[in-house]
Amino acid sequence: MTTTNPPAAVVPPLQKKSTAAGRVRQKLSSRVATVIAIVIALFWTIPTFGLLISSFRPANDIKTTGWWTFFSDPQLTLENYNEVLFGGSASSGQLAGYFINSLVITIPAVLFPMAICSLAAYALAWIDFKGRDWVYIMIFALQIVPLQMALVPLLRFFSQGTEIFGIQLTPAWGLSDTGLFIQVWFAHTCFALPFGVYLLHNFISELPRDIMEAARVDGANHPKIFRSIVLPLITPALASYGIFQFLWVWNDLLVALIFASGGGRDTQPMTVRLAELAGTRGNEWQRLTSGAFVSMVVPLIVFLSLQRYFVRGLLAGSVKG
Amino acid sequence: MAVISGPRQAIAVASALGLVLTAAACGGGGDDDNAAATGDCSVYDAYKHEGTEVSMYASIRDTEADLLEQSWAEFTECTGITIKYEGSGEFEAQLQVRVDGGNAPDIAFIPQPGLIARFAEAGKLKAVGAETKTMAEANYSADWLKYATVGGQLYGAPFGSNVKSFVWYSPKTFTEKGYKVPTTWDELIALSDQIAAAGEKPWCAGIESGDATGWPATDWIEDLMLRTQTPEVYDQWVNHEIPFNDPKVAEAVDKAGSILKNDKYVNGGFGDSKSISTTAFQEGGLPILEGKCALHRQASFYANQWPEGTKVAEDGDVYAFYFPAVDAAGGKPILGAGEFTVAFTDRPEVQAVQTYLASGEHANARGKLGNWVSANKKLDINNVQNPIDKLSVGILQDSTTVFRFDGSDLMPASVGAGTFWKGMVDWINGKDTASTLTYIEGSWPK
Repeated sequence: MTTTNPPAAVVPPLQKKSTAAGRVRQKLSSRVATVIAIVIALFWTIPTFGLLISSFRPANDIKTTGWWTFFSDPQLTLENYNEVLFGGSASSGQLAGYFINSLVITIPAVLFPMAICSLAAYALAWIDFKGRDWVYIMIFALQIVPLQMALVPLLRFFSQGTEIFGIQLTPAWGLSDTGLFIQVWFAHTCFALPFGVYLLHNFISELPRDIMEAARVDGANHPKIFRSIVLPLITPALASYGIFQFLWVWNDLLVALIFASGGGRDTQPMTVRLAELAGTRGNEWQRLTSGAFVSMVVPLIVFLSLQRYFVRGLLAGSVKG
Repeated sequence: MAVISGPRQAIAVASALGLVLTAAACGGGGDDDNAAATGDCSVYDAYKHEGTEVSMYASIRDTEADLLEQSWAEFTECTGITIKYEGSGEFEAQLQVRVDGGNAPDIAFIPQPGLIARFAEAGKLKAVGAETKTMAEANYSADWLKYATVGGQLYGAPFGSNVKSFVWYSPKTFTEKGYKVPTTWDELIALSDQIAAAGEKPWCAGIESGDATGWPATDWIEDLMLRTQTPEVYDQWVNHEIPFNDPKVAEAVDKAGSILKNDKYVNGGFGDSKSISTTAFQEGGLPILEGKCALHRQASFYANQWPEGTKVAEDGDVYAFYFPAVDAAGGKPILGAGEFTVAFTDRPEVQAVQTYLASGEHANARGKLGNWVSANKKLDINNVQNPIDKLSVGILQDSTTVFRFDGSDLMPASVGAGTFWKGMVDWINGKDTASTLTYIEGSWPK
């Protein structure tokens, strides 16, 4: 984004210079600052760059020398990628299968919370009901509960059902094999709700009241308002939440290990397989170099294609007035 | 011992890879059925349970998991029991979560007797059935069984094992330079001095191993406890009947220090003695191949760490010799470890699998596939494939061997997988023996 915005012409230049924010903004967009930013970005990229180079080096070189020796003794091989993509052991199969599992887990685990969160956020922002603020505060507060605390209880909820004073409230789900996908979707959706509701609520409650009232006057009920007014308007926020959730679920190892791992190669996502690639005693760890890049591909595509929403959406929830 | 996978920040590359991936996605699956080596099902009649399934969870994964599945392929075909095996690098942590969550596997291979005791005391484990017990007692020595016995009840049979008292060396270099494989402690030190006098560093070591950094050093201490003290003192130390900072322990640690903290001896190919703590255990012995280091004390499983194409044999590029006892009169002390097949359920098919895994049939079936060592007495050494595995099995079956289990796996986890590791890292980094041991003693749960 450029710094020249139309209101600057209206505001007297004197006033703009005098504000602290104005001065900071000016300094940040100077040429020196740009150079510094580029240098920092380059530094930040060096480890990843080293990893990329390593992923193309022969296994023995990776293990005995640093990636920078590549420049004095360039040796390239696709063996690491070959092993990761097509190698696969008989018991675990090829990576491609895990790739599909990752997609099967991730897509619903993104769509479910998106749908539920936007509905909840709308209700909390625009439907008047008793105790609305308390419900919102409780959902907001749930964000501070680390998901690790919920892992064992949730696992029990699936495997044994819930029981209070000997009365069975919910039965055991008794899922196995591909049914385990349901567990992961459920778990990811639960863990995603507090943040999602919070983010979208902030966005939706900022929508102008006039539009809602005009719609109401025209005879629209809540479902109609949600569908034809709110949804189109919150697309950027929804997209940015989608990216957040997608990256989180795609990269998740912990939840997958606990809820999806039991199904073996039928349900395990790629992260679980990648964690095992190094072998029982870590003797094949050179595979992790190429494995890391393979697992990056999809998040990169998602991020790059939805990037503009991401920035817009980040600003969406935060800036007020 | 998990290695954490790489960073997830990105630079824009490899969208081409995405295409490759999706193209490959269509061709997944496909079982590699290596079953029916003999095709004779009558051996398995006693185990028959048609149409049942047993789930199994362990830390063995990738190629070694393949070999495991191959080893019981015939069993599953003949008995109708499907074995659902799952291996994970997060096994120890995940097992606890699954057991707490009421989602325990039928059978787990637990490599820490301390963990077995904890699950057994919590009432989560099932004691073995009569048949498994008979089988285990027939095939394993009492030395081994006692590690899976809690409160007089046997909870599992030993399974795979490894021998830790090995020193890796290069037979090639040894013949070139005229070194002789030492058979006593004095010879070992004389050899080290001889190499050091020639201006080279004889020993190399590495103890970095992610969040388990330090464990290779604890093996050193345990090995030297067995070599400077009697096995009985070792047991007392592990059970905390003598304090961790007892002079006897200090003696063993100092003995280890005479090699590990001796800048004349270490760290060949890496730097001074402090570089031990930053060298990955996987790489610790690799300088041997380049002739920058002559000796590396590490377990038999280090055979997997050598780069592809390295010949691991008595006449090859690398091999190992028995880490000699200080006082040969006390027998051959051996430090080792291994996993135990424990069960969380007691359905008949689960017990059948447990019994089968303790049997000589399985030990030999698995042994034939290579890369495996077990203390199973029925394991025919001719069925063991690699020279180093043969050497290990030979030592385990030798009647003069005094076997002791890896002490850090027997101690409470907060010490054995915590302060003992950390203490050793500090010790390598220059902390003195007395304060290191006092630190570990202070952390022992009361």
